[in-house]
Amino acid sequence: MANHATTRAGEAHGSAKSYNTGFILSIILTVIPFALVMHPVLPRATTLFVALIFAVVQVVVHLVYFLHMNRSSEGGWNLISFVFTLVILFIIVALSVWIIWSMHYNMMIN
Amino acid sequence: MFGKLTWAAVPLQVPIIAITLAAIVVGAVAVLAAITYFRKWTVLWNDWLTTVDHKRIGIMYIFVAIVMLVRGFSDAIMMRTQLALAGPGHSGFLPPHHYDQIFTAHGVIMIFFVAMPFVVGLMNVVVPLQIGARDMAFPFLNAFSFWLFVVGVVLVMLSLGVGEFAQTGWVAYPPLSDLKFSPGVGVDYYIWSLQASGLGTLLTGVNVFVTILRMRAPGMTLMKMPIFTWTVFVTCVIIIAAFPILTVALAALAMDRYLGFHFYTNELGGNPTMYVNLVWAWGHPEVYILVLPAFGVFSEVTATFSRKRLFGYKSMVGATLAIGILSFIVWLHHFFTMGSGADVNSFFGIMTMIIAIPTGVKIFTWLFTMYRGRVEFTPPILWTLAFLVTFTIGGMTGVLLAIPGADFLLHNSLFLVAHFHNVIIGGALFGYFAGLYYWFPKAFGFKLNERLGKYSFWCWTIGFYLAFMPLYMLGFMGMTRRLNHYDNPAWTPYLQVALVGAVFILAGIGFLIAQIIVSIRDRKQNLDLTGDPWNGRTLEWSTSSPPPFYNFAVVPRADQLDAFHEAKKRGLPPPPRKYEPIHMPRSSGVPFILSVFILLLCFALIWHIWWLAGVSFVSTIVTLIVRSYDDDTDYYVPAEEVARIESARHALATQEDLDHEYANA
Amino acid sequence: MNMQTLNHSRVDGHASAHDGHDTGSLKVLGLWVYLMSDCILFGSLFASYAVLSGAFAGGPGPKDIFDLPYVLVETFALLFSSITYGYAMLAVHRRDRGAVLRWLSMTFILGAVFVGMEINEFHHLIALGYGPQRSGFLSGFFALVATHGLHVTSGLVWMAVVWHQVATKGLTPTNVTRLSCLSLFWHFLDLVWICVFTIVYLIGAF
Repeated sequence: MANHATTRAGEAHGSAKSYNTGFILSIILTVIPFALVMHPVLPRATTLFVALIFAVVQVVVHLVYFLHMNRSSEGGWNLISFVFTLVILFIIVALSVWIIWSMHYNMMIN
Repeated sequence: MFGKLTWAAVPLQVPIIAITLAAIVVGAVAVLAAITYFRKWTVLWNDWLTTVDHKRIGIMYIFVAIVMLVRGFSDAIMMRTQLALAGPGHSGFLPPHHYDQIFTAHGVIMIFFVAMPFVVGLMNVVVPLQIGARDMAFPFLNAFSFWLFVVGVVLVMLSLGVGEFAQTGWVAYPPLSDLKFSPGVGVDYYIWSLQASGLGTLLTGVNVFVTILRMRAPGMTLMKMPIFTWTVFVTCVIIIAAFPILTVALAALAMDRYLGFHFYTNELGGNPTMYVNLVWAWGHPEVYILVLPAFGVFSEVTATFSRKRLFGYKSMVGATLAIGILSFIVWLHHFFTMGSGADVNSFFGIMTMIIAIPTGVKIFTWLFTMYRGRVEFTPPILWTLAFLVTFTIGGMTGVLLAIPGADFLLHNSLFLVAHFHNVIIGGALFGYFAGLYYWFPKAFGFKLNERLGKYSFWCWTIGFYLAFMPLYMLGFMGMTRRLNHYDNPAWTPYLQVALVGAVFILAGIGFLIAQIIVSIRDRKQNLDLTGDPWNGRTLEWSTSSPPPFYNFAVVPRADQLDAFHEAKKRGLPPPPRKYEPIHMPRSSGVPFILSVFILLLCFALIWHIWWLAGVSFVSTIVTLIVRSYDDDTDYYVPAEEVARIESARHALATQEDLDHEYANA
Repeated sequence: MNMQTLNHSRVDGHASAHDGHDTGSLKVLGLWVYLMSDCILFGSLFASYAVLSGAFAGGPGPKDIFDLPYVLVETFALLFSSITYGYAMLAVHRRDRGAVLRWLSMTFILGAVFVGMEINEFHHLIALGYGPQRSGFLSGFFALVATHGLHVTSGLVWMAVVWHQVATKGLTPTNVTRLSCLSLFWHFLDLVWICVFTIVYLIGAF
């Protein structure tokens, strides 16, 4: 049989258009938070909120446009493993912060 | 030139160490001489040091685990002896700074260099065979993982003779483990041996995860995998998610010690409690890494020796998944007393109790599997029965400790020590022993001696109860852990009983080793000629014992659960008329060489020999790069050779042998 | 009846098909799974940073030391390097070796700029006495950002080696797999950087 010069590795790959779209979106999602922090025109809480949301969105942009993550690559295991990792990440970071914060509160550490 | 290293680092003035070192040197020389005399260096290099074969790698892991069991146990019996002696008015024979190294080394060795390699060894030997694969997904990486583990072992063993080990307990909390309070090399030995072997474990987790995901035989969906493979699968997920946390905790400690950072110091803003938090965020999933594969072994063994399919396969899988997830949200129960509020403690206390539920499901599943089966009281079943009782007790004391209020009294008491030994010995270790006996014929082609196996079992079981039940009572009586001497005379009788228990366990280990030696001596009488000595149910039993290096001449199909059992019922098909060439990876000396450089790197870091550290680091990278230019890393086994091996195997197992083996199995 | 194998299916002619397992895609999946563990590694560093983020010990806080315009330039260097790597991968699929090498070179340069700028930032802070030994906050900062920087550096070393392998041996299946794996790694590092610049620099400096 044919041609083993190609492998299935990297079979989820994009087009110039998708990379460019991802690129433009990433630039926008980077510049705006930087601008808002460097030249604060919005209230503090709003700015921070925007920065966080834009970060999350940019992460998704990277995942979709650069890492080509979708529901079907590797039989769905890319997505499942990523979601699982996010869950664990959230658990560890959130619970750790809660634990230490609670400790500091009780021990009156600032 | 040699950093902090001087001749004074060799503690020849301490008699126990001097004698031990002398014994080790004599033993090592004897082994090297024997290898030379029997001209086995070529075989050693070609067949073992450079192998990428999962079966051989698994065997090596388990071999090292048993050797380290002896080392870790010698620490244990020294502690038991010390405590039995060091009552009011006596100080025993081990001064505190020595004793502290012993209990630290005991914990580190047992967890990292006995239990983990036993688990990984069983994973390695069994999983590819159970799923119908020819090797792991990444055989080279597999070998590298093993040799990284060996780096960890060598460092710990070196610390006995060159320098010292940590005196901090096996989790090495700062600020005690920070530079100010542990200025010696002990904690550095600890850090680097765990970072090296931890990396090996992480890579194994990735390797076996991808193997199970991608290399199952055609037809074997996830829900048709053998249950041991399922537990290994979930274990690997836990490894992948948990080990990086340990890496960070230890790296931050290293940054404090080497670069003057303030992660965990008492001054300039450090927070030692974050170390405790991170280490247990790893440490709790770690104990499930140890126990889940043992549960898998019990499932396989129970089904096979009850002559019955496993009851409730789906609920077993579900329970395993539940335990896997829940293992990540209970970790604070290791430090209820550290100072977080009642709300935090309650959350984790409740979560800890919840995790007992899926485990309970599993206990009942094993009982239901045996119910109405024709149970055969082989050593694996004996280990299983002892496990069912012992682990249940240990689990219940765990649920007791999960109540924060109770834990405030029992934290770091001997009650805790008894609890975790209860579940690790009764749960994990008994499972490994059962697995060892069960799969030994598959790995080596002959069975282990049954009588000695049973003696070992009884000594271990009696020994365990004698050694640890008194500790529960001592915990209630207020005795804390890690005591070098004490002044409460009421405790002494209990500690003396515990010492008797330790002696029984010593006998148990003795019988284990005797069992192996006698079995090797008597191997011709106990050959496993059919590959299926127990009338097993899963695919590994369809290969010869030991399997050919390529495992399966033809990739099997597995359309049902207990695929081999079903195939035997239908009548096994004839061998194929024609074989195909088989694609196999080449052996390589690179994993071994890489590990030599990494060992030098870690040793250099420990002793602050910076030039050596730099050279070893660069050598490691260069070796990796050079290896990446090697295009000749795999080959094809010609069809004729496969045919030759297969017909030799079929000739070996005649009908007579089959009848004979099944009659006795 | 002899002991026999369980073969029910006739083996088809794909003797070379690695038992039906494409080793290239196996390696890419393996790298992805490894990256998941790396996520947790960074997560633990972030958690440590968060816990230490107020521990100034009388020393400087984030507002005092973060130079946002500088970080923006750094960020663009890394982002652009992700794009150039993307174009490199498109060239791989077109089997255009020359273009692959050119885009890889661009990526390397941009990545080196990122690392260079980061080393410069650290050097500057240390010279001011604001190195990681100054406080818990600075320890957390340096560890997190430097770990990312070390990952990028490792990626650069890997990239140089792969560049040479593609230049000398061409776009073999092995090299294509390696480029795919490096692609995942490289984009992942940019993804982590998004979290770093947001949580450490932007939130810190505001």
